[in-house]
Amino acid sequence: MEKYDVLIIGAGVTGTAVARELSRYQLKIGVLEREEDVCCGTSKANSAIVHAGYDAEPGTLKAKMNVRGNQLIGELAQELDFPFRRNGSLVLCLDEKQYPALQKLYEKGIANGVKELRILSREEVLEMEPNVTDQVVAALYAPTGGIVCPFHMTIAFAENACENGVTFHFNTEVKTIFRKQVADAAESPEQTDIEKMYLPHDTGTWQLVTSSGIFEAKCIINAAGIYADYFHNMVSEKKIHITPRKGEYCLLDKTAGTHVDHTIFALPGKFGKGVLVTPTVHGNLLIGPTATDIENKEGINTTREGLDEVLTKSTASVKNIPTRQVITSFAGLRAHSDGDDFIIEEAVKDFIDCAGIESPGLSSAPAIGEMVAEILRKKYALQEKDNFISTRKGMKDFQKMTLEERNEQIRHNPAYGNIICRCEMVTEGEIMDAIHRPLGARSLDGIKRRTRAGMGRCQAGFCSPRTMEILARELQIPIEEITKSGRNSQIIKGTNKSSFVDTFKEENRI
Amino acid sequence: MKYYDIVIIGGGPAGLAAAVAARKNGAESILILERDKELGGILNQCIHNGFGLHTFQEELTGPEYAARFITQVKELQIEYRLHTMVMDISSDKIVTAMNREEGMFQIQAKAVILAMGCRERSRGALNIPGYRPAGIFSAGTAQRLVNIEGYLPGRKVVILGSGDIGLIMARRMTLEGAEVQVVAELMPYSGGLKRNIVQCLDDFGIPLKLSHTVVDIKGKERVEGITLAEVDEKGKPIPGTEEEYECDTLLLSVGLIPENELSRGMGVDLNPITSGPKVNESLETSLEGVFACGNVLHVHDLVDFVSEEAAAAGRNAADYICHHKTSDEIQDRCLQQNTIQLSTENGIRYTVPSEIRMEYMPEELTVRFRVGGVYKNCYISCYFDGERILHRRRPVVAPGEMEQIKLTREQLAKYPLLEKITLKIEEA
Amino acid sequence: METRNLICIGCPMGCPLTVRLKDGEVLAVEGNTCKRGAEYGKKEVTNPTRIVTTTVRVNGGTENMVSVKTREDIPKDKIFDCIRALRNITIPAPVHIGDVILHDVAHTGVDIVATKNIER
Repeated sequence: MEKYDVLIIGAGVTGTAVARELSRYQLKIGVLEREEDVCCGTSKANSAIVHAGYDAEPGTLKAKMNVRGNQLIGELAQELDFPFRRNGSLVLCLDEKQYPALQKLYEKGIANGVKELRILSREEVLEMEPNVTDQVVAALYAPTGGIVCPFHMTIAFAENACENGVTFHFNTEVKTIFRKQVADAAESPEQTDIEKMYLPHDTGTWQLVTSSGIFEAKCIINAAGIYADYFHNMVSEKKIHITPRKGEYCLLDKTAGTHVDHTIFALPGKFGKGVLVTPTVHGNLLIGPTATDIENKEGINTTREGLDEVLTKSTASVKNIPTRQVITSFAGLRAHSDGDDFIIEEAVKDFIDCAGIESPGLSSAPAIGEMVAEILRKKYALQEKDNFISTRKGMKDFQKMTLEERNEQIRHNPAYGNIICRCEMVTEGEIMDAIHRPLGARSLDGIKRRTRAGMGRCQAGFCSPRTMEILARELQIPIEEITKSGRNSQIIKGTNKSSFVDTFKEENRI
Repeated sequence: MKYYDIVIIGGGPAGLAAAVAARKNGAESILILERDKELGGILNQCIHNGFGLHTFQEELTGPEYAARFITQVKELQIEYRLHTMVMDISSDKIVTAMNREEGMFQIQAKAVILAMGCRERSRGALNIPGYRPAGIFSAGTAQRLVNIEGYLPGRKVVILGSGDIGLIMARRMTLEGAEVQVVAELMPYSGGLKRNIVQCLDDFGIPLKLSHTVVDIKGKERVEGITLAEVDEKGKPIPGTEEEYECDTLLLSVGLIPENELSRGMGVDLNPITSGPKVNESLETSLEGVFACGNVLHVHDLVDFVSEEAAAAGRNAADYICHHKTSDEIQDRCLQQNTIQLSTENGIRYTVPSEIRMEYMPEELTVRFRVGGVYKNCYISCYFDGERILHRRRPVVAPGEMEQIKLTREQLAKYPLLEKITLKIEEA
Repeated sequence: METRNLICIGCPMGCPLTVRLKDGEVLAVEGNTCKRGAEYGKKEVTNPTRIVTTTVRVNGGTENMVSVKTREDIPKDKIFDCIRALRNITIPAPVHIGDVILHDVAHTGVDIVATKNIER
C-alpha cells in the first residue's frame, strides 16, 4: 500500500494545477487518474478560452476564481512555457432591444473586477472584426480575454508537479473511499465488514481502493470532474449533484484560422446560451459549444442535432464561416453543480472538494490551485520546500525558429529533420521527446495532445502508422499493444491472415 | 542555396512520369523531392492488379507499375531525395525542404512541377456524429497497415464510401481474414469502377447499400458498432431506416482532396471545383514556370492517365526551361496571344486545362473532365463558340470515371476568332 | 437457352456483357468492345478465374511484407486455398519482382510471384 500526505483524484487541469501549487510544500503528494494520461476528461474538450470574468454573478466563486485565474495565467504561461494569447473577446449585441443586457454584462464585469472593459459601437466592432455579422449593433470588448492550449496547460502543470516530486498513478480508477478504523473505535457486532468500511468516521487516514490497489492518504483533494459528486457523496452526509452538460464543437482547418481574431460570443438571447467562434492558439478556428444536460457521465459522443446546432448558431454571430473546412468535431462534458457555482471547500475533515468546475474552470485553474494550496497551508501549517522548481521548459517550437536554429537542432539530433505528421509538420524528434518527457505520451492521443501530430487536416491518416512505429520502438512494446487512448483502444487487431483458419469455414468458400 | 532547372515535388506516379518525360525532352538538371522512404508514392500500397493496360498494354500491380518508372528514373540518372519534406515554395520558385542528413535547405528552381498527389477526406469532413474510439480508419490508412506493414486493423468491418479504395479494401480485408459486413454509399450510385464492384464485392458476397450513410458510431474505446440509415435525395438520413451493425472497424472511403497547401502558399490560383490549380494547355499554373499534374491537379480514376498527363507536364517544363524567354519576349507574346477559355455547362463539372493559349497549343491536346451525376444515353458535346463540333453518344457516364476528349491544333486553327470552347452533356 | 448478364472486369471500362448459353455451351457473347471481353464472358460462365494479389512476410528486409500475385488467373473457387497456402510462408530478403514465392499454389499449376522489390 502506498501512503501519501495528499492524494488528488483526477489529473485534469484542476487536479494538476492543485498538484503543482501543493508541490511547493514539504508534502508527499500523489495523483490518481483513471485514464492513461493527464487531460483526458473535461479538460481536453472545451472552448480553450481564458475568460475575462464578466459572465459570473458578482460574489460567486466562479467570478472570483475566473478574474484571479485570468490575472495569474499570463505569467504562468511564461513560467511553465505553454501557449497562451490575450486575443481579447467580444460579446455581440445583435438587437437594439438587447442593449440593456449588454450594459448589464459590462456592469457585472466591473463589479467582478475585470479590467479594461468597454462597450464598442457597431463601427468599432466591424473595423476590429470584419467577418462579424452585419446585424451587430454594439459589443462588449474585454481585452483581457484570451485563448490557451488546454492540453499544454494541463501537461505543463503535471510535468512541473512531477519534477517537484508529485507521483502520478495512471490507469488507476478510485472505486471506494473510507477511513481506516482507528484501533479503539467502537464496533457494533451487527455490522458487516462492508458496512463498517463505509461508516463515516472523523478520525484516521483515508483509504482509497482503486483498480491498482489500495492507497492511503491524510488528505484527499477531489478533482474528479463530472465524478466529483460520486466521491463527495461517498464521504459526506451533505450530498451534492453534478450534471454532465454536453458541449459539442467543430474544429476548422488552419486555412480558416484567421476568419476572426478575437473570441466572438453572442449575447445570451433568442438563441439561448450562445455559440462562440474563436481562433485557437494553434491557428485553427473553433466553433461551439452546445449545452445539453445528459445523464450518462461517459456520454462524450457527438450528435447530428448538436453538430447542426453548432453550424447554424455560429453563423448568427459570424458570417461566411467556411464550414466545408471542418476537420473534426468533438464533445465534452461540463461538470455542472446544482448550486451553479464552484464548490471549493473542505467537505468533511481532510477531504477538499474541487467540484462543479465547469466553465470558467480552465480560466480559473491557476486560482483554484492557489486557493486549495492556501486551505491546506493554513490547515496543516505547511512548510515550503527550498528546492521548488518554478519553471518548466515545454516542447521545442520549430515554427518559431529560423532556418539556422532549426539546422542546429537537426545536427544535434537528425530525428528533428524527419517530418512524420505532414499536416502539422511534426518531426520524429518531437514525437520522441513527447514519449520521453516526464509523464510522457503512451498512446496516439497522448502524442497528438503533446505534439499536434494527427491533429491536422488529414486527421492522422498519413502519420498514424508511422507514429505507432515510433511509439512501439521507443516504449519497446509490440505494435499490437499501441492504443489510441489507453485501455482497450488498440489500433490493430492482429496480423495478416492470422485469423484465417478460425474465420473461414469451408462453407464460406466461394 | 542549391540550383536546379526543374524541381519536382513528389516522387509518386505523377512526379516520376514528369521527370522521365522532362529528361527525354532535354532537361539536364532535374531533382525529385519525395517525402516517403521510397519512390512510387501511393502505388506501393496499391498491391492489386489492374494498372498499366493503357501505358504498358499489360495488367500490372501498383508496385510493378511504379517499378517500371523508377527503373527509368534510375537509368536516366535523374536525381532524387527520399525522406525529404518540402516545407515551403516561394512564388519565385525557391523550394525550402528538410531531411535528416541535410537539415533544412533551399533550392532555386527555374521550373517547378507540382506532383504532391492527394489525401483522403476524413471523418471530420463528413461530420459523422458518435463517439471517437479507435477503429475508424480512412481506407488508405488501412491499406497501408495491411499491405505494407502486414497488420490487420480490424476483424469485423463496415465500409462507408464505395470509391475504388473502399472497394479494393473490402476485398483486401476479406483476403487477410476480416469479415466485411457491408459497404454503404451515400450517393445513389457507386463512386468506384464497375469492375471493382464485381471482383471486390460480388465475388465475396459483400452487400453494397446505395443511398445509405453512417449516422452513429458506438464504442468509447474501440468501435463496437455503427448505425446505417437510408438517405433521401438531399443526402439527409430518413428517420426509421436505421440499422445497427456490430463491428470493430469503420473504414472510410469518402473522397480524395488534392494536397495543395504548398501551391496555395506560393500563390497559385486554385479551382474551387477540383481543389487543384487552374492550368492552361501546358498544364502550367497561374504562376509562370510552375506546372501541375496528377492527383494534385485533379483526382484521377486511373494511374495510366496520371502518367500520360504528367509526361505532358514534364515535356512542357523542359520546353519552358530550354526556351526560357526574357520577360520582354513574354510581354510581347502576351499581347499577340489568343487565349481560348474552356467552359462547362449542364452536368460537366470542370475541365483540365481551363484555357488554351493558341500559340502553345500542341498538335493534339487531351481535355479531361468529370461529370456531376449519372447520365444514361446522353451525348457529350463540344461547342466552339456557338457551333457544335462534337456530339459523342455515351450509353452511360458517371462521376466516378474521368472522361476525355481530344482537340487538335489543326481543328482550332480553322477558328481564328474562337473565344470559348464549351463542353456539355446533352440528353438524347 | 439461358442468358447471363455480366460486367466485364477485363479493363476499367466495365462493359456490360450478355452471354448466351445452351446446355452449358457458350453460344455468343455480346456487349464487349474488345477481344478480351469476349474471352472473359466465356470464361466467367464456364470456369470463372481471378488474379489473386496478397502479401507474404519477409525476413530481414527493409519492409515486413512483400506484395505477391498469382502469375496468371486461378479458378475463383481456389482463392481462399491460395491464401491459406501463403499463410505460414516467410521468405528471406532480398526479393525482386517476378521471383517465385511458391510453385503451383493450391494445385492450380500457377506460381505465386513477388510484385515488389524488397532489399536487405
